[in-house]
This record gives sequence, structure tokens and C-alpha cells, in this order.
Amino acid sequence: MKRVMEGSMGVSEMVRLCRPKVVAAYPITPQTHIVENLSQFVANGQLQAEFVNVESEFSAASVVLGASATGVRSYTATSSQGMLLMNEVVYNIAGLRLPVVMTLANRAISPPLSIWNDWQDSLSVRDAGWIQLYAEDNQEAADMHVQAYRIGEDPRVALPVMVCMDGFILTHAFEPIDIPEQAEVDAFLPEYQPLYKLDPADPVTVGAFMEPDKYMEARYLIHQAVAQAAPVVEEVAESFRAAFGRYQGGLVDAYRCEDAEVIFVTLGTLASVAKSAADQMREAGKRAGVLRIRCYRPFPTKQIRQILGKGAKVAVLEKALALGVGSIIAPEIRNALYGSDTPVNGYILGLGGRDVPPATLERIFDHAAAGRSADGLFVDLKAEHLGDEAFAAWQAQWKE
Amino acid sequence: MATNLLAPGHTACLGCGEALAARLVVNAAGPSTIIAEATGCLEIISSRYPESAWNVPWIHSLFDNTAAVAAGIAAALRATGREGQVNVLSQGGDGATADIGFGPLSGAWERGHDVLYVCYDNEAYMNTGIQRSGLTPFHARTSTSPPGRQSLGNPTLKKDLPAIAVAHGVPYVATTSVGWPRDIERKVKKALSIRGPKYLQIHVPCPLGWGFDPSQTVDLAKLAVSSGLYPIFEYENGILTGSMKVKPVPVEEYLKRQVRFRHLFAAAKPELEEQVRAIQAVADANLVKYQMVTPPAEAPTGA
Amino acid sequence: MPIPHAGVVKPGTSRATKTGSWRVQRPVFLHKECIGCRQCVYVCPEGCIVGEGKEYNADLDYCKGCGLCAAVCPKKDIEMRAEEQ
Repeated sequence: MKRVMEGSMGVSEMVRLCRPKVVAAYPITPQTHIVENLSQFVANGQLQAEFVNVESEFSAASVVLGASATGVRSYTATSSQGMLLMNEVVYNIAGLRLPVVMTLANRAISPPLSIWNDWQDSLSVRDAGWIQLYAEDNQEAADMHVQAYRIGEDPRVALPVMVCMDGFILTHAFEPIDIPEQAEVDAFLPEYQPLYKLDPADPVTVGAFMEPDKYMEARYLIHQAVAQAAPVVEEVAESFRAAFGRYQGGLVDAYRCEDAEVIFVTLGTLASVAKSAADQMREAGKRAGVLRIRCYRPFPTKQIRQILGKGAKVAVLEKALALGVGSIIAPEIRNALYGSDTPVNGYILGLGGRDVPPATLERIFDHAAAGRSADGLFVDLKAEHLGDEAFAAWQAQWKE
Repeated sequence: MATNLLAPGHTACLGCGEALAARLVVNAAGPSTIIAEATGCLEIISSRYPESAWNVPWIHSLFDNTAAVAAGIAAALRATGREGQVNVLSQGGDGATADIGFGPLSGAWERGHDVLYVCYDNEAYMNTGIQRSGLTPFHARTSTSPPGRQSLGNPTLKKDLPAIAVAHGVPYVATTSVGWPRDIERKVKKALSIRGPKYLQIHVPCPLGWGFDPSQTVDLAKLAVSSGLYPIFEYENGILTGSMKVKPVPVEEYLKRQVRFRHLFAAAKPELEEQVRAIQAVADANLVKYQMVTPPAEAPTGA
Repeated sequence: MPIPHAGVVKPGTSRATKTGSWRVQRPVFLHKECIGCRQCVYVCPEGCIVGEGKEYNADLDYCKGCGLCAAVCPKKDIEMRAEEQ
């Protein structure tokens, strides 16, 4: 049933319908409403689960690791500093092939302290072995959680899944969200059947150490598992469409790319801005398109090669930064297009929640269309905060 | 004894106090037990892929999150109606317990998960090469608290973890030692009969790290207790309900037998003797605090 | 042997490692003064002392020769002897 609700509540409702048995989370803005709602559901008996109020995110991740290893469906959520704090555990969960689902309410990382949105947190753990899905709107964010459990728990996958949603922009925005009935979710998401579990009836040893003659093969197997999850992500999106009548894309979501001169590549809600800006630009004769990457890990190389590399110039819009290097996503796109001569520019914008207006995207379109190259080019910096010299140096980068 | 739930073929050093204690603990806990283990000696010697010495379900995640992993296991059991039917044992060395894993342990204690936490206290980070931990005793030589011209070894006292556990309201807090294998068994069984968090700290001498002949592990463990340096006691619901009575032995008798304290006896210098007296004072305070001294008429108790 | 899913290992498989090869001395159970206190069984870190009543022996596949059994035996009924070259 469709009701206007806060994005966080949409996620909480969907997670409730997934029937996790253990929920462990530590409060951090802007994830807080999600877990507060869940604790209210538990308190009201609407969700039969152990709600573990842990003393840190490191423990939140560790508690769901232990619970998942014991064979129960588990859930956690975090942002920013919390994501960094659970870094060690996050690698462990993936390596132990535990299909935990986590909501990551994307938020900038410190310093400086910022509670506002960007993707530095999720991109900093992109290589940990989790499947990473990025939502464009709140309906998709909610839907992704149901899909996430189905993907992660699929025996061909057996990996944790991170549903990334832009903090505040989605978590705290009110939208109409369609929440299905419990029976519909139960039909789509059967009971979790772990591939192994801690159970005295059939003892196993988990987490043995491996010497150099075996470690590489162990890591190779996990690597293959992540890479081979891509078709399952697509399959589940199709099954979801069949069951619930909604489809927000498989690994990618391409918008008006076929005849585009410049294709914006981006994640999450920025794609919405880009799509709307693309429509406006097309009315002025500028053929813009948008390629939203919905599943960032495993990386959709095949889809990227199919859609990009056909003549359009690529402008990657990133709300993150590799300090001292530049873009994070643009090099991965370039890598996927290796062998083609498609120009791929990387633009850094929206850090720490800075707004990205359509006019900015038009300037980027013009910059890319004119054949200028860029990697890690910061957008919309302010003279008053940089000082004249630094500002002039930055402006000069745009003219290169 | 029934099947060893910690099988032989593990690669512990000869005379390893920790392996001995772990075997006693898991056998006392029984097959209906799930173990969450910290990185450390016990984990390494028992889980070298593709072999495992464990005959119960066992998980090693990280060094610092054992208490939280165990909390997750306990939560999963509770969520599926199996609390009380399966024991949850969370174990680690002194470093994992007192230092790097302490935050999660405190949180788990505060939340009251039904888990028995066992700390195997060999008084240093042994697996990484005998480095100092929060439970390294006063003046002990470790590789990161070596004696030298400006040092007499570890400059601090042991972190009083049992007191911290009691302060958290942990209903059963006890220490024990491989000097008394049956005491370990008894305390594990007692702990597991109680619902809620339990803390058991076991003194496990380390032949390699402390510097003594492997055949002396049990004897030295007994001396540690008789000297007063390792008091054996039980706290139930915050009250001292039991302690091992001893006929006190001067600390020198214990210290002299270990290479890690030998620097205190290297020469007959007043400064050194003063430090030994300082250690004696620690021991004496324990004997009083935990009511361990046998009145002359009674015999000392043992296994 | 291919690495199983998530590197999960079967229980009790450490028995494949015969740590008896580490020994430089072995316990000889004299079976003369034994009172069946089982202290030897208790203190073996390997858990490799087996027997019942008043007759016990170390499983030499695993016995590392640490000497703890001999050291704790109240009747000195266990002797440590050097392994032959």
C-alpha cells in the first residue's frame, strides 16, 4: 500500500517485512530514524527479533556477524564514521560469506566533521567484498532491501549486501512509498537457508588461518563469488518486477544514452538531478544522457562497455575523492573502457552535502562536450573559503 | 573422560598452560557449546587450515570482537528459542580481553547476554612474541617492557578485570588456575548453570614466555596462587563468596623460577630488593582482600 | 583438496598432525604405585593420556614429552626417559 512516509520509515518497514531475527545497530546521523523505527517495531511486537543496542558500530557489525554465522537473518545500518569503524569487520563478514544486509545512509567523513551526504563512506569499502547497491529514490531504497536479502542469501552468492542511500536527501525526505503485504514479501523471500552455521548438531570450525600456499586460492574464490553475483543481481531485479510490478534497473539504469553527446555517469539521487537536467538540456539542443550505476560492486563492466564507448563523451559525477589522486569512479569507468578512445572525465562535486544544481551540470556538459579533459576536477568551489591564490589556481584547472 | 572436545594434534608448545586450560574448559562445557574465539595462541594452535582441534562449533572472527560475536550468537539463539539449551563460550587471551577487545566486552556485559567469557591469562601477548599487555604483572620482562638501564620491566600493575566485571553487575565472576584442573571444571560448570553474563579468568603459565621448564607449568601455577600474586576467588552477584585458602609463600619463590623476573635478582642491590618488596606488598594486599590466608590450624586446599 | 565454502573446516581434524614427532623425552608409566587419581589425565595439555582404574598410558602419536604428567604424579609412578636417537 502506498503511503507518504519518511524515506527511513520506508526502509524500516521493508526490513521489518524481511523478518530479520537479529538487528544490531549504533546510532549515527542520518541513519538513526531507520533503527529507531525498527526498535519501536520490536517493542510493539510487530517485529519478532532481538534488537541489540550495541556500544559501537564495530560491535554492531560483529554482532550481526555472530548472528548470521549462527544461521539467522541479520541486519545493521550505519553511515560515515560508523562505516569506517566497522571496516575490519566488514572485510571479515564478506570473507566468511555471511549474507548480512546493511543500510548505508551515505554521509561525508571527517575531517572536517560533516553529517551531510556524500559517498566517501561506501566507496572507501568498495573492495571489501560486499555487494553494493545505490538507490536513486526512496521507493528503490526500500525495494532494494528485499532484493538484497534475496541476492545475498542465494547459494550462488552467499555474500553480504550494502544498500546505499543518500543521507538526508533520501533518509529524511517524505515521499509516497509502496509497502507490500507480509505475505507478498514472504513469497519473494523464503526463510534463510545458510550454507553453513554454528550448531552443536553439526560442528564446524569457521575462520581457520591459512598459510601462504593456500591463502591466495581462498581469496580468489571470494573474488570469483563477488564477480559472479552480477547476473544474480539482474535476475532478482527481474523477479522483483514480476512479483511487485516495479523495476528500477538491473546493474545499471540508462537514461537517454543512445544518441547522447555527453553521458553523465553517477550514483544515487544525483542521477535524478542529472536526468532532469538532461531533459532540460535536450530542449536546448544539448544531447545529454545519464548512466546510473545501480550495482557498483560487482562492477558492471559489460554494461558499461555496451552503453558507453559508442561515441559519447563521458562525464563522471562523483561525490567522493581519492585524496592526492582525484576521482575514484572515473578511473574505474576508464578501466572498463580500456581499449576504446572514449574520453572519460571525472568531476568532484557535492561533497559534505553541497547542493548540485542543474546549472552546474550544464557547465559540466559544456566542459566535456568541448573536449576538455579532467580527472578529479572539483566543481563549484568558493573564493571566499579558498583565498584568492588557491581559487585562481583552481579556476585555471577548468581552463586546461 | 569422554572424547576430548579439544583434540590432540594441536600445535601448542610443550607444557602450554593455555591449551591445558582450554581443554578442561571445553570438556566441562560439553558438546552443546558454541565457541567464539579471539586471535591468539589458542586460536592459532587449534585452527591451522585444513585442520581443526575443535569438536564443537567454533568461530574465529577477529582479535578484538569476540565478545560482540558471542553476543550475536547468543542473540541468534535467543531469537530462535534456544537460549539455555546451547552454551555460548567467548574466549581470548589477556590481550584480547583486557585491551583490544575490552570495549565490546564491556558492552556485552552491560547488555547481559547469556555468555561465559573465559580469559586465558598468560600475562602478555604471547602469540606475537611476548609483548606486554594490560594484564602483564609488575616488573615482568616482556619484549616491549624489557628491563634495562632505565627500566625494571613492566611498570604497571595488572588491570583488575574481575573487579571491572563485578562493577558491571556480572552475576558470576571468578578466577582460577591450571594449578587446580578440577577447580576449572567446577567453575565452568557452575558458571554455565547461571543465566546471564559470566566471567572466568584462568591463570595459565607460559613456559616460553615466562621462561621455565615445561614440566613445571602446574607447579608454578600453584606457587603463583600461594604467593598471593594470583588470588583465586568467586564473586556471586557482587559478593565475595569463596576464595582459595593458602599457606602463603614469599613471592621470591615464585619469581625466581621464571626468566621474566630474573633481572630483579641479578644482583643484591637495595633498589632491586625494594622492588621485590613492592611485589610482595601487592601479594600481601591480595591475601587480605580476598581472605586467602589459612589460619594456622587448617590445611591448605588443593584440587 | 579444494578449499570448501568460506574455508570452513571439519571438526577434530587436528588428529592428522602427529605431534609425537616433537618429543625428545617420553613418559614411561611404571604401573607400580598408581592410585588412580587421574591427575596425569587432567594435566596433559594434549589430552592424550588414556586408561582407566589404575592403568594409564600416553598416546605416543601425540605426546610431546612435556613432562607435566610425571611432575604432578603424587606417587612418582611416571618417569621421563630420553627418546632413543
